[in-house]
Amino acid sequence: MNNDELKIHAINVRKNIVDMVYFAKSGHIGGSLSATDITTFLYFEKMNIDKENIKKIARDRFVLSKGHASPLLYAVLNEKGLLNEDLHTFRGINSRLQGHPSMRCLDGIDMSTGSLGQGVSAAVGMAIANKMDGNDHHIYCLMGDGECEEGLVWEAMMSAHYYELHNLTYILDYNGLQLDGTLKDTIGPEPFKEKFEAFGLKVFECDGHDFDSIRDAFLKCDQIKDTAQVVIAHTVKGKGVSFMENDTLWHGNAPNQKQYELAIRELGGQL
Amino acid sequence: MEHETRVAYGELLIELAKENANIVVLDADVSKSTKTIEFKSVAPGRFVSAGIAECNMMGMAAGLAASGKIPLVSSFAVFAVGRAFEIIRNSIAYPNLNVTIIATHAGLSVGEDGASHQSIEDIALMRALPNMRVFVPADYYETKAIIRHAIELDGPCYVRLQRGKSEDIYNEKSLFDFERIKTLREGSDVCIIATGLMVQEALKAVDILKNFDIDPTVVEVSSLKPVDDKGILDVVRRHKFNFTFEEHNIIGGLFSTIAETVAGKNSNVVIPIGIQDEFGESGKPKDVLKKYGLTADHLVKVILSTAR
Repeated sequence: MNNDELKIHAINVRKNIVDMVYFAKSGHIGGSLSATDITTFLYFEKMNIDKENIKKIARDRFVLSKGHASPLLYAVLNEKGLLNEDLHTFRGINSRLQGHPSMRCLDGIDMSTGSLGQGVSAAVGMAIANKMDGNDHHIYCLMGDGECEEGLVWEAMMSAHYYELHNLTYILDYNGLQLDGTLKDTIGPEPFKEKFEAFGLKVFECDGHDFDSIRDAFLKCDQIKDTAQVVIAHTVKGKGVSFMENDTLWHGNAPNQKQYELAIRELGGQL
Repeated sequence: MEHETRVAYGELLIELAKENANIVVLDADVSKSTKTIEFKSVAPGRFVSAGIAECNMMGMAAGLAASGKIPLVSSFAVFAVGRAFEIIRNSIAYPNLNVTIIATHAGLSVGEDGASHQSIEDIALMRALPNMRVFVPADYYETKAIIRHAIELDGPCYVRLQRGKSEDIYNEKSLFDFERIKTLREGSDVCIIATGLMVQEALKAVDILKNFDIDPTVVEVSSLKPVDDKGILDVVRRHKFNFTFEEHNIIGGLFSTIAETVAGKNSNVVIPIGIQDEFGESGKPKDVLKKYGLTADHLVKVILSTAR
Protein backbone atom coordinates (compact mmCIF):
# COMPACT_ATOMS: atom_id res chain seq x y z
CA MET A 1 0.00 0.00 0.00
CA ASN A 2 1.38 3.45 -0.79
CA ASN A 3 2.16 5.90 1.94
CA ASP A 4 -0.60 8.34 1.01
CA GLU A 5 -3.26 5.67 1.42
CA LEU A 6 -1.75 4.56 4.72
CA LYS A 7 -1.75 8.17 5.88
CA ILE A 8 -5.46 8.57 5.11
CA HIS A 9 -6.29 5.37 7.01
CA ALA A 10 -4.17 6.55 9.97
CA ILE A 11 -5.97 9.89 10.11
CA ASN A 12 -9.35 8.14 10.05
CA VAL A 13 -8.16 5.86 12.85
CA ARG A 14 -6.97 8.84 14.91
CA LYS A 15 -10.30 10.62 14.47
CA ASN A 16 -12.16 7.55 15.68
CA ILE A 17 -9.83 7.18 18.68
CA VAL A 18 -10.56 10.75 19.76
CA ASP A 19 -14.25 10.25 19.02
CA MET A 20 -14.55 7.04 21.06
CA VAL A 21 -12.79 8.43 24.11
CA TYR A 22 -14.79 11.67 23.92
CA PHE A 23 -18.12 9.83 23.82
CA ALA A 24 -17.08 7.32 26.50
CA LYS A 25 -15.74 10.19 28.64
CA SER A 26 -12.84 7.90 29.53
CA GLY A 27 -10.12 5.87 27.85
CA HIS A 28 -6.52 6.13 26.78
CA ILE A 29 -5.92 8.58 23.95
CA GLY A 30 -2.20 9.37 24.17
CA GLY A 31 -0.84 5.85 23.86
CA SER A 32 -3.40 5.01 21.18
CA LEU A 33 -2.33 7.94 19.01
CA SER A 34 1.38 7.18 19.44
CA ALA A 35 0.99 3.65 18.05
CA THR A 36 -1.55 4.49 15.33
CA ASP A 37 0.85 4.62 12.39
CA ILE A 38 2.56 1.34 13.31
CA THR A 39 -0.71 -0.52 13.86
CA THR A 40 -2.25 0.91 10.68
CA PHE A 41 0.81 -0.22 8.76
CA LEU A 42 0.54 -3.75 10.20
CA TYR A 43 -3.15 -4.17 9.41
CA PHE A 44 -3.12 -2.52 5.96
CA GLU A 45 0.21 -3.68 4.60
CA LYS A 46 1.91 -6.36 6.65
CA MET A 47 -0.57 -8.83 8.13
CA ASN A 48 -2.74 -11.35 6.25
CA ILE A 49 -5.99 -10.71 8.08
CA ASP A 50 -9.31 -10.24 6.31
CA LYS A 51 -13.03 -11.08 6.59
CA GLU A 52 -12.48 -14.61 5.29
CA ASN A 53 -9.75 -15.68 7.71
CA ILE A 54 -10.62 -13.59 10.77
CA LYS A 55 -12.04 -16.54 12.74
CA LYS A 56 -9.09 -18.78 11.91
CA ILE A 57 -6.04 -19.45 14.01
CA ALA A 58 -3.95 -19.97 10.86
CA ARG A 59 -3.31 -16.32 10.01
CA ASP A 60 -0.99 -13.57 11.18
CA ARG A 61 -1.96 -12.47 14.67
CA PHE A 62 -1.74 -9.22 16.59
CA VAL A 63 -1.49 -9.01 20.36
CA LEU A 64 -2.12 -5.59 21.85
CA SER A 65 -0.14 -6.13 25.03
CA LYS A 66 -0.63 -2.48 25.98
CA GLY A 67 -4.34 -3.29 26.19
CA HIS A 68 -5.28 0.15 27.44
CA ALA A 69 -4.77 1.31 23.84
CA SER A 70 -8.00 -0.55 22.98
CA PRO A 71 -9.46 2.47 21.11
CA LEU A 72 -6.60 2.06 18.64
CA LEU A 73 -7.34 -1.63 18.05
CA TYR A 74 -11.09 -1.07 17.64
CA ALA A 75 -10.51 1.91 15.32
CA VAL A 76 -8.07 -0.04 13.13
CA LEU A 77 -10.36 -3.09 12.90
CA ASN A 78 -13.20 -0.70 12.05
CA GLU A 79 -11.13 1.05 9.38
CA LYS A 80 -10.22 -2.33 7.91
CA GLY A 81 -13.92 -3.32 7.75
CA LEU A 82 -13.48 -6.10 10.30
CA LEU A 83 -15.60 -4.60 13.06
CA ASN A 84 -19.37 -4.31 13.00
CA GLU A 85 -19.96 -2.34 16.18
CA ASP A 86 -21.17 1.12 17.11
CA LEU A 87 -17.93 2.78 18.23
CA HIS A 88 -19.90 5.07 20.53
CA THR A 89 -20.72 2.09 22.77
CA PHE A 90 -17.03 1.86 23.74
CA ARG A 91 -16.66 1.35 27.52
CA GLY A 92 -20.44 1.32 27.99
CA ILE A 93 -22.54 -1.43 29.57
CA ASN A 94 -23.36 -4.42 27.33
CA SER A 95 -20.83 -3.33 24.69
CA ARG A 96 -18.45 -5.71 23.02
CA LEU A 97 -15.97 -2.82 22.95
CA GLN A 98 -14.63 -3.46 26.45
CA GLY A 99 -12.32 -0.97 28.16
CA HIS A 100 -9.54 -3.48 27.60
CA PRO A 101 -9.82 -5.94 24.70
CA SER A 102 -11.63 -9.23 25.35
CA MET A 103 -11.12 -12.07 22.87
CA ARG A 104 -14.44 -13.58 24.01
CA CYS A 105 -16.32 -10.50 22.80
CA LEU A 106 -15.08 -10.01 19.24
CA ASP A 107 -13.50 -11.92 16.37
CA GLY A 108 -10.19 -10.32 15.53
CA ILE A 109 -9.14 -9.78 19.13
CA ASP A 110 -6.34 -12.33 19.26
CA MET A 111 -5.71 -12.13 23.01
CA SER A 112 -7.49 -10.63 26.01
CA THR A 113 -5.13 -8.04 27.41
CA GLY A 114 -5.07 -5.15 29.84
CA SER A 115 -2.78 -6.38 32.57
CA LEU A 116 0.64 -5.23 31.40
CA GLY A 117 3.25 -7.79 30.42
CA GLN A 118 0.75 -10.58 29.84
CA GLY A 119 0.27 -10.12 26.10
CA VAL A 120 4.04 -10.15 25.66
CA SER A 121 4.06 -13.55 27.36
CA ALA A 122 1.04 -14.99 25.54
CA ALA A 123 2.60 -13.98 22.20
CA VAL A 124 5.50 -16.34 22.97
CA GLY A 125 3.04 -19.22 23.41
CA MET A 126 1.35 -18.36 20.11
CA ALA A 127 4.66 -18.28 18.27
CA ILE A 128 5.71 -21.62 19.82
CA ALA A 129 2.37 -23.14 18.70
CA ASN A 130 2.95 -21.91 15.13
CA LYS A 131 6.43 -23.35 15.14
CA MET A 132 5.20 -26.71 16.45
CA ASP A 133 2.64 -26.82 13.65
CA GLY A 134 5.22 -25.81 11.08
CA ASN A 135 3.13 -22.94 9.74
CA ASP A 136 4.65 -19.66 8.62
CA HIS A 137 2.18 -17.22 10.16
CA HIS A 138 3.65 -14.35 12.08
CA ILE A 139 2.85 -12.99 15.54
CA TYR A 140 3.07 -9.24 16.06
CA CYS A 141 2.91 -7.90 19.60
CA LEU A 142 2.68 -4.22 20.47
CA MET A 143 4.03 -3.31 23.88
CA GLY A 144 4.40 -0.07 25.78
CA ASP A 145 7.66 1.37 26.99
CA GLY A 146 6.35 1.71 30.53
CA GLU A 147 5.12 -1.89 30.22
CA CYS A 148 8.76 -2.99 30.12
CA GLU A 149 8.94 -2.22 33.84
CA GLU A 150 6.98 -5.45 34.38
CA GLY A 151 9.30 -8.37 35.13
CA LEU A 152 7.11 -10.67 33.07
CA VAL A 153 8.25 -8.88 29.91
CA TRP A 154 11.79 -10.04 30.52
CA GLU A 155 10.77 -13.60 31.35
CA ALA A 156 9.01 -13.60 27.99
CA MET A 157 12.04 -12.14 26.18
CA MET A 158 14.20 -14.90 27.63
CA SER A 159 11.87 -17.55 26.23
CA ALA A 160 11.34 -15.78 22.87
CA HIS A 161 15.07 -16.06 22.28
CA TYR A 162 15.49 -19.55 23.75
CA TYR A 163 12.81 -20.97 21.45
CA GLU A 164 14.32 -19.14 18.43
CA LEU A 165 11.00 -17.52 17.61
CA HIS A 166 11.80 -15.87 14.29
CA ASN A 167 8.03 -15.75 13.72
CA LEU A 168 7.55 -13.27 16.56
CA THR A 169 8.06 -9.51 16.28
CA TYR A 170 7.59 -7.15 19.20
CA ILE A 171 6.99 -3.49 18.58
CA LEU A 172 7.97 -1.12 21.36
CA ASP A 173 5.86 2.04 21.32
CA TYR A 174 8.64 4.24 22.67
CA ASN A 175 6.88 7.48 23.50
CA GLY A 176 8.83 8.05 26.71
CA LEU A 177 5.84 8.77 28.93
CA GLN A 178 3.80 6.79 31.41
CA LEU A 179 0.96 7.69 33.75
CA ASP A 180 3.09 9.19 36.51
CA GLY A 181 5.42 11.11 34.18
CA THR A 182 8.50 10.34 32.10
CA LEU A 183 9.99 6.84 32.16
CA LYS A 184 13.17 8.38 33.49
CA ASP A 185 11.44 10.01 36.45
CA THR A 186 9.34 6.96 37.29
CA ILE A 187 11.77 4.05 37.49
CA GLY A 188 14.02 4.32 34.43
CA PRO A 189 13.65 1.11 32.40
CA GLU A 190 16.05 2.37 29.72
CA PRO A 191 18.25 1.67 27.83
CA PHE A 192 15.95 -0.61 25.82
CA LYS A 193 18.11 -1.57 22.84
CA GLU A 194 20.92 -2.91 24.97
CA LYS A 195 18.53 -4.77 27.24
CA PHE A 196 16.68 -6.51 24.39
CA GLU A 197 19.98 -7.37 22.72
CA ALA A 198 21.33 -8.76 25.98
CA PHE A 199 18.31 -11.08 26.05
CA GLY A 200 19.26 -12.29 22.57
CA LEU A 201 16.67 -10.51 20.44
CA LYS A 202 17.46 -8.65 17.22
CA VAL A 203 16.61 -4.97 17.51
CA PHE A 204 15.75 -2.50 14.76
CA GLU A 205 14.76 1.11 15.27
CA CYS A 206 12.40 3.30 13.30
CA ASP A 207 10.54 6.57 13.31
CA GLY A 208 7.12 5.32 14.39
CA HIS A 209 5.37 8.03 12.42
CA ASP A 210 7.19 7.58 9.08
CA PHE A 211 5.84 4.75 6.94
CA ASP A 212 9.07 4.33 4.95
CA SER A 213 11.00 3.99 8.18
CA ILE A 214 8.41 1.58 9.65
CA ARG A 215 8.37 -0.51 6.47
CA ASP A 216 12.14 -0.71 6.40
CA ALA A 217 12.31 -1.97 10.01
CA PHE A 218 9.77 -4.75 9.39
CA LEU A 219 11.56 -5.80 6.18
CA LYS A 220 14.72 -6.17 8.25
CA CYS A 221 12.79 -8.29 10.76
CA ASP A 222 11.66 -10.58 7.92
CA GLN A 223 15.30 -11.46 7.26
CA ILE A 224 15.89 -12.78 10.78
CA LYS A 225 15.55 -16.55 10.97
CA ASP A 226 16.99 -17.48 14.36
CA THR A 227 15.36 -15.32 17.03
CA ALA A 228 12.52 -12.96 17.84
CA GLN A 229 12.84 -9.30 16.93
CA VAL A 230 12.02 -5.98 18.50
CA VAL A 231 11.17 -2.89 16.49
CA ILE A 232 11.83 0.09 18.71
CA ALA A 233 9.44 2.65 17.26
CA HIS A 234 10.30 6.17 18.35
CA THR A 235 6.93 7.81 18.79
CA VAL A 236 5.19 10.85 20.22
CA LYS A 237 2.48 10.31 22.78
CA GLY A 238 -0.71 11.98 21.55
CA LYS A 239 0.67 12.23 17.99
CA GLY A 240 -1.53 14.11 15.56
CA VAL A 241 -3.30 16.39 18.01
CA SER A 242 -0.85 19.15 18.82
CA PHE A 243 -2.15 20.02 22.29
CA MET A 244 -2.07 16.37 23.31
CA GLU A 245 1.46 15.65 22.14
CA ASN A 246 4.10 14.80 24.74
CA ASP A 247 1.80 15.55 27.65
CA THR A 248 1.11 12.88 30.29
CA LEU A 249 -2.25 14.55 30.94
CA TRP A 250 -3.47 12.72 27.83
CA HIS A 251 -2.44 9.26 28.99
CA GLY A 252 -5.87 8.50 30.34
CA ASN A 253 -7.88 11.67 30.07
CA ALA A 254 -10.95 12.38 27.96
CA PRO A 255 -11.31 15.66 26.06
CA ASN A 256 -14.14 18.09 26.78
CA GLN A 257 -16.36 19.26 23.94
CA LYS A 258 -14.13 22.19 22.98
CA GLN A 259 -11.00 20.05 23.03
CA TYR A 260 -12.78 17.34 21.06
CA GLU A 261 -13.85 19.73 18.33
CA LEU A 262 -10.37 21.24 18.17
CA ALA A 263 -8.78 17.79 17.87
CA ILE A 264 -11.17 16.57 15.14
CA ARG A 265 -10.64 19.80 13.20
CA GLU A 266 -6.88 19.49 13.41
CA LEU A 267 -6.94 15.84 12.29
CA GLY A 268 -9.33 16.70 9.46
CA GLY A 269 -6.90 19.33 8.27
CA GLN A 270 -4.22 16.67 7.87
CA LEU A 271 -6.18 14.89 5.13
CA MET B 1 -0.83 -50.44 48.29
CA GLU B 2 0.54 -46.93 48.31
CA HIS B 3 1.28 -44.76 45.27
CA GLU B 4 2.29 -41.19 44.58
CA THR B 5 -0.39 -39.27 42.71
CA ARG B 6 2.30 -37.42 40.77
CA VAL B 7 3.58 -40.78 39.51
CA ALA B 8 0.09 -41.43 38.15
CA TYR B 9 0.37 -38.09 36.36
CA GLY B 10 3.72 -39.02 34.82
CA GLU B 11 2.45 -42.39 33.63
CA LEU B 12 -0.67 -40.83 32.17
CA LEU B 13 1.41 -38.25 30.30
CA ILE B 14 3.12 -41.02 28.36
CA GLU B 15 -0.28 -42.31 27.25
CA LEU B 16 -1.57 -38.82 26.44
CA ALA B 17 1.50 -37.98 24.36
CA LYS B 18 0.59 -40.85 22.04
CA GLU B 19 -3.15 -40.27 22.05
CA ASN B 20 -3.44 -36.55 21.39
CA ALA B 21 -1.02 -34.57 19.23
CA ASN B 22 -2.48 -31.28 20.46
CA ILE B 23 -1.40 -31.82 24.05
CA VAL B 24 1.61 -29.78 25.12
CA VAL B 25 3.19 -29.78 28.56
CA LEU B 26 4.86 -26.85 30.33
CA ASP B 27 6.99 -26.95 33.45
CA ALA B 28 9.09 -24.49 35.45
CA ASP B 29 12.31 -26.39 36.21
CA VAL B 30 10.65 -28.97 38.44
CA SER B 31 9.86 -31.60 35.79
CA LYS B 32 11.70 -34.32 37.70
CA SER B 33 9.55 -33.63 40.73
CA THR B 34 6.20 -33.06 39.02
CA LYS B 35 6.93 -36.03 36.68
CA THR B 36 6.29 -34.03 33.52
CA ILE B 37 9.76 -35.24 32.52
CA GLU B 38 7.95 -38.42 31.42
CA PHE B 39 6.21 -36.41 28.71
CA LYS B 40 9.46 -34.74 27.70
CA SER B 41 11.06 -38.16 27.27
CA VAL B 42 8.46 -39.30 24.75
CA ALA B 43 7.40 -36.01 23.12
CA PRO B 44 10.30 -33.55 23.49
CA GLY B 45 8.97 -31.32 20.69
CA ARG B 46 5.78 -30.70 22.65
CA PHE B 47 7.42 -30.05 26.01
CA VAL B 48 7.99 -26.39 26.84
CA SER B 49 10.51 -25.66 29.56
CA ALA B 50 9.73 -22.25 31.02
CA GLY B 51 12.71 -22.10 33.30
CA ILE B 52 12.13 -20.77 36.80
CA ALA B 53 9.53 -18.33 35.55
CA GLU B 54 6.02 -19.42 36.50
CA CYS B 55 4.33 -16.21 35.38
CA ASN B 56 5.65 -16.53 31.85
CA MET B 57 4.81 -20.23 31.89
CA MET B 58 1.14 -19.37 32.47
CA GLY B 59 1.28 -16.63 29.83
CA MET B 60 2.80 -19.02 27.29
CA ALA B 61 0.15 -21.62 28.13
CA ALA B 62 -2.53 -19.01 27.41
CA GLY B 63 -0.95 -18.25 24.03
CA LEU B 64 -0.66 -21.94 23.18
CA ALA B 65 -4.32 -22.51 24.11
CA ALA B 66 -5.37 -19.46 22.07
CA SER B 67 -3.61 -21.16 19.15
CA GLY B 68 -5.53 -24.42 19.50
CA LYS B 69 -3.15 -26.41 21.69
CA ILE B 70 -4.18 -28.22 24.88
CA PRO B 71 -1.61 -27.15 27.48
CA LEU B 72 -1.03 -29.01 30.74
CA VAL B 73 0.95 -26.74 33.04
CA SER B 74 2.82 -27.94 36.09
CA SER B 75 4.86 -26.67 38.98
CA PHE B 76 4.58 -26.84 42.75
CA ALA B 77 1.19 -25.53 43.87
CA VAL B 78 2.59 -22.63 45.85
CA PHE B 79 4.37 -21.21 42.79
CA ALA B 80 1.99 -22.32 40.05
CA VAL B 81 -1.06 -20.64 41.49
CA GLY B 82 0.43 -18.36 44.13
CA ARG B 83 3.11 -16.57 42.18
CA ALA B 84 1.31 -16.68 38.84
CA PHE B 85 -2.18 -15.97 40.16
CA GLU B 86 -2.90 -12.80 38.25
CA ILE B 87 -1.68 -14.25 34.96
CA ILE B 88 -3.98 -17.23 35.49
CA ARG B 89 -6.81 -14.81 36.23
CA ASN B 90 -6.43 -12.43 33.31
CA SER B 91 -4.85 -14.56 30.59
CA ILE B 92 -6.48 -17.96 31.28
CA ALA B 93 -9.66 -17.71 33.36
CA TYR B 94 -11.03 -14.44 31.95
CA PRO B 95 -10.68 -15.52 28.30
CA ASN B 96 -11.85 -19.02 29.36
CA LEU B 97 -8.92 -20.74 27.65
CA ASN B 98 -8.47 -24.48 27.63
CA VAL B 99 -5.54 -24.74 30.05
CA THR B 100 -5.23 -27.46 32.70
CA ILE B 101 -3.02 -26.54 35.62
CA ILE B 102 -1.75 -29.66 37.38
CA ALA B 103 0.07 -28.58 40.51
CA THR B 104 1.99 -31.00 42.69
CA HIS B 105 3.52 -30.69 46.18
CA ALA B 106 0.37 -29.11 47.58
CA GLY B 107 -0.36 -28.98 51.30
CA LEU B 108 1.64 -29.74 54.42
CA SER B 109 2.71 -33.18 53.17
CA VAL B 110 5.54 -31.46 51.29
CA GLY B 111 7.16 -31.91 54.69
CA GLU B 112 10.77 -30.93 55.17
CA ASP B 113 10.79 -27.95 52.79
CA GLY B 114 8.60 -26.10 55.24
CA ALA B 115 5.90 -23.45 55.13
CA SER B 116 7.35 -21.50 52.19
CA HIS B 117 6.66 -24.53 50.01
CA GLN B 118 3.45 -25.77 51.63
CA SER B 119 0.54 -24.45 49.66
CA ILE B 120 -2.48 -24.11 51.93
CA GLU B 121 -4.47 -21.56 49.96
CA ASP B 122 -4.33 -22.78 46.35
CA ILE B 123 -7.86 -24.23 46.38
CA ALA B 124 -9.20 -20.93 47.69
CA LEU B 125 -7.40 -18.96 44.99
CA MET B 126 -8.55 -21.20 42.16
CA ARG B 127 -12.12 -21.61 43.42
CA ALA B 128 -12.53 -17.84 43.48
CA LEU B 129 -11.86 -17.55 39.75
CA PRO B 130 -14.89 -17.55 37.43
CA ASN B 131 -14.66 -20.27 34.72
CA MET B 132 -12.10 -22.29 36.74
CA ARG B 133 -12.89 -25.85 37.81
CA VAL B 134 -11.10 -27.37 40.80
CA PHE B 135 -10.31 -31.05 41.31
CA VAL B 136 -8.51 -32.86 44.13
CA PRO B 137 -7.99 -36.59 43.61
CA ALA B 138 -7.55 -38.91 46.57
CA ASP B 139 -5.33 -41.59 45.08
CA TYR B 140 -3.33 -42.85 42.13
CA TYR B 141 -6.29 -44.22 40.15
CA GLU B 142 -8.48 -41.21 40.67
CA THR B 143 -5.63 -38.92 39.62
CA LYS B 144 -5.49 -40.49 36.18
CA ALA B 145 -9.26 -40.36 35.79
CA ILE B 146 -9.50 -36.74 36.93
CA ILE B 147 -6.77 -35.51 34.61
CA ARG B 148 -8.41 -37.26 31.66
CA HIS B 149 -11.72 -35.68 32.66
CA ALA B 150 -10.13 -32.21 32.96
CA ILE B 151 -8.59 -32.44 29.51
CA GLU B 152 -11.92 -33.37 27.96
CA LEU B 153 -13.59 -30.31 29.48
CA ASP B 154 -13.35 -27.10 27.49
CA GLY B 155 -12.00 -24.27 29.64
CA PRO B 156 -9.55 -23.92 32.52
CA CYS B 157 -9.12 -26.57 35.22
CA TYR B 158 -6.99 -26.84 38.34
CA VAL B 159 -5.88 -30.27 39.56
CA ARG B 160 -4.19 -30.51 42.96
CA LEU B 161 -1.69 -33.29 43.65
CA GLN B 162 0.66 -33.99 46.54
CA ARG B 163 4.28 -34.92 46.76
CA GLY B 164 4.00 -38.05 48.87
CA LYS B 165 2.29 -41.41 48.66
CA SER B 166 -1.34 -42.07 49.37
CA GLU B 167 -3.16 -45.32 50.04
CA ASP B 168 -5.02 -46.77 47.10
CA ILE B 169 -8.73 -46.24 47.60
CA TYR B 170 -9.83 -47.25 44.13
CA ASN B 171 -8.53 -49.73 41.57
CA GLU B 172 -8.13 -50.13 37.83
CA LYS B 173 -11.77 -51.09 37.43
CA SER B 174 -13.21 -48.16 39.41
CA LEU B 175 -15.70 -45.96 37.59
CA PHE B 176 -15.77 -42.27 38.37
CA ASP B 177 -18.51 -39.69 38.11
CA PHE B 178 -16.95 -36.34 38.98
CA GLU B 179 -20.30 -34.57 39.02
CA ARG B 180 -21.24 -36.40 42.21
CA ILE B 181 -19.71 -36.77 45.63
CA LYS B 182 -18.73 -40.34 46.46
CA THR B 183 -19.97 -42.13 49.52
CA LEU B 184 -17.10 -44.47 50.34
CA ARG B 185 -18.90 -45.99 53.27
CA GLU B 186 -22.35 -45.57 54.71
CA GLY B 187 -22.69 -45.16 58.47
CA SER B 188 -24.99 -43.30 60.82
CA ASP B 189 -25.03 -40.06 62.84
CA VAL B 190 -21.48 -38.99 62.06
CA CYS B 191 -20.27 -38.04 58.59
CA ILE B 192 -16.71 -37.26 57.52
CA ILE B 193 -16.49 -35.26 54.30
CA ALA B 194 -12.91 -35.47 53.06
CA THR B 195 -10.79 -34.51 50.09
CA GLY B 196 -7.36 -35.43 48.76
CA LEU B 197 -4.87 -37.03 51.12
CA MET B 198 -7.32 -36.78 54.02
CA VAL B 199 -9.60 -39.40 52.47
CA GLN B 200 -7.19 -42.16 53.52
CA GLU B 201 -6.97 -40.69 57.03
CA ALA B 202 -10.76 -40.57 57.23
CA LEU B 203 -10.93 -44.26 56.37
CA LYS B 204 -8.30 -45.05 59.02
CA ALA B 205 -10.38 -43.09 61.53
CA VAL B 206 -13.34 -45.34 60.80
CA ASP B 207 -11.45 -48.34 62.15
CA ILE B 208 -10.49 -46.48 65.31
CA LEU B 209 -13.99 -45.11 65.88
CA LYS B 210 -15.42 -48.65 65.81
CA ASN B 211 -13.85 -49.11 69.23
CA PHE B 212 -16.02 -46.26 70.45
CA ASP B 213 -19.20 -47.60 68.85
CA ILE B 214 -19.24 -44.83 66.32
CA ASP B 215 -20.05 -45.81 62.78
CA PRO B 216 -19.27 -42.88 60.48
CA THR B 217 -20.20 -42.26 56.90
CA VAL B 218 -17.23 -41.25 54.73
CA VAL B 219 -17.80 -39.06 51.71
CA GLU B 220 -15.14 -38.00 49.23
CA VAL B 221 -15.37 -34.67 47.43
CA SER B 222 -12.99 -34.64 44.48
CA SER B 223 -14.66 -31.91 42.44
CA LEU B 224 -14.63 -28.82 44.64
CA LYS B 225 -15.86 -26.69 41.79
CA PRO B 226 -18.38 -27.31 40.48
CA VAL B 227 -19.50 -29.11 43.60
CA ASP B 228 -22.37 -31.56 43.92
CA ASP B 229 -24.68 -29.28 45.94
CA LYS B 230 -27.55 -31.75 45.94
CA GLY B 231 -25.39 -34.63 47.13
CA ILE B 232 -23.84 -32.53 49.88
CA LEU B 233 -27.15 -31.21 51.18
CA ASP B 234 -28.53 -34.71 51.20
CA VAL B 235 -25.63 -36.19 53.14
CA VAL B 236 -25.37 -33.30 55.59
CA ARG B 237 -29.10 -33.45 56.37
CA ARG B 238 -28.97 -37.18 56.97
CA HIS B 239 -26.28 -36.88 59.67
CA LYS B 240 -26.34 -35.34 63.11
CA PHE B 241 -22.67 -34.36 62.98
CA ASN B 242 -20.68 -33.50 59.86
CA PHE B 243 -16.92 -33.01 59.78
CA THR B 244 -14.91 -31.65 56.87
CA PHE B 245 -11.34 -32.88 56.54
CA GLU B 246 -8.78 -31.27 54.23
CA GLU B 247 -5.07 -30.61 53.78
CA HIS B 248 -5.80 -26.93 53.12
CA ASN B 249 -6.67 -23.83 55.06
CA ILE B 250 -10.24 -24.20 56.31
CA ILE B 251 -10.80 -20.72 54.86
CA GLY B 252 -11.60 -21.06 51.19
CA GLY B 253 -11.13 -24.81 50.84
CA LEU B 254 -13.37 -27.82 51.45
CA PHE B 255 -14.99 -26.45 54.62
CA SER B 256 -15.90 -23.23 52.83
CA THR B 257 -17.22 -25.19 49.87
CA ILE B 258 -19.47 -27.33 52.07
CA ALA B 259 -20.48 -24.40 54.29
CA GLU B 260 -21.43 -22.34 51.25
CA THR B 261 -23.63 -25.13 50.00
CA VAL B 262 -25.23 -25.82 53.36
CA ALA B 263 -25.73 -22.18 54.31
CA GLY B 264 -26.50 -20.64 50.98
CA LYS B 265 -27.23 -22.56 47.86
CA ASN B 266 -30.59 -24.37 47.99
CA SER B 267 -31.14 -23.54 51.65
CA ASN B 268 -32.39 -20.41 53.36
CA VAL B 269 -29.86 -20.10 56.16
CA VAL B 270 -27.79 -17.30 54.61
CA ILE B 271 -28.54 -16.13 51.09
CA PRO B 272 -25.54 -14.93 49.11
CA ILE B 273 -26.11 -11.75 47.14
CA GLY B 274 -22.99 -10.60 45.35
CA ILE B 275 -21.04 -11.43 42.22
CA GLN B 276 -22.28 -14.86 41.20
CA ASP B 277 -18.96 -16.36 40.10
CA GLU B 278 -18.68 -14.44 36.84
CA PHE B 279 -16.36 -11.77 35.49
CA GLY B 280 -17.62 -8.22 35.23
CA GLU B 281 -17.53 -5.90 32.26
CA SER B 282 -17.07 -2.28 31.24
CA GLY B 283 -19.66 0.35 31.93
CA LYS B 284 -20.40 3.29 34.13
CA PRO B 285 -20.03 2.11 37.74
CA LYS B 286 -23.76 2.47 38.44
CA ASP B 287 -24.65 0.54 35.28
CA VAL B 288 -22.25 -2.28 36.12
CA LEU B 289 -23.45 -2.51 39.73
CA LYS B 290 -27.06 -2.59 38.53
CA LYS B 291 -26.49 -5.26 35.89
CA TYR B 292 -24.80 -7.53 38.42
CA GLY B 293 -27.47 -7.07 41.09
CA LEU B 294 -25.47 -4.95 43.50
CA THR B 295 -28.15 -2.41 44.28
CA ALA B 296 -30.71 -1.81 47.04
CA ASP B 297 -33.46 -2.56 44.52
CA HIS B 298 -32.07 -6.00 43.78
CA LEU B 299 -31.49 -6.72 47.45
CA VAL B 300 -35.11 -5.79 48.22
CA LYS B 301 -36.32 -7.99 45.37
CA VAL B 302 -34.43 -11.00 46.72
CA ILE B 303 -35.58 -10.35 50.29
CA LEU B 304 -39.20 -10.03 49.24
CA SER B 305 -39.13 -13.14 47.10
CA THR B 306 -37.58 -15.10 49.98
CA ALA B 307 -39.13 -13.70 53.14
CA ARG B 308 -42.72 -13.22 52.03
